[in-house]
Amino acid sequence: MPQEIDREELRMLVDQGAQLVEALPAKEYGEDRLPGAINLPLGRLGKEARDVLEPNRPVVVYCADSA
Amino acid sequence: MYDYATGKLDWLAAGLPSEGSNASRPRAGDVARSDVPTCRMDESLGDVRERVGAAGWNACVVVNEEGVVLGLLRSKELGGDAAVRIEAAMRPGPSTFRPFVAVEEMAEYMIEHDLESAPVTTSDGRLVGLLRRSDAARTALELRQKEGGAG
Repeated sequence: MPQEIDREELRMLVDQGAQLVEALPAKEYGEDRLPGAINLPLGRLGKEARDVLEPNRPVVVYCADSA
Repeated sequence: MYDYATGKLDWLAAGLPSEGSNASRPRAGDVARSDVPTCRMDESLGDVRERVGAAGWNACVVVNEEGVVLGLLRSKELGGDAAVRIEAAMRPGPSTFRPFVAVEEMAEYMIEHDLESAPVTTSDGRLVGLLRRSDAARTALELRQKEGGAG
């Protein structure tokens, strides 16, 4: 299970080189995204994560909110 | 793997930088005035009115020690009895808006609901600034003219 983090923990992880992944559809990603985030919508996350993400760096995934 | 559970809306609501096609469009947090006067609940309306007027404003946001919005004094409330405490004079729990809301959307909402001003806050209720309807409408109009001219 992924570990839940808040905004401050996110900033610290990104400063330490974490990879940010937005799991929302491409349209929403195109409109607004966190700086440096890449887009891996939920349907593609499992299949493509290994190809796109570096295995030695932490990964933070986010959606719109927790709802 | 980590899960930023409160997600993109939490990030945008905090007024933090973003990327994407909306990033360059003005938002409520960009146009809201952060120099709006603030006051505390235990002050008297007369003192606050004097201070607000001297600063050239006709509105004041009531906040607590942490800057969390508790109420709002628009021109109508500011015109009340000078001896009354702010707690009794203010409009409590005003609708607040997040900084990432597009300014065109804010302008439409404020005109439709006849709001002369609207507090913009972070998701935990801290004041970012006060958005004036005139500022929102002017910015939205300028944006429309600019995009109309470009297209």
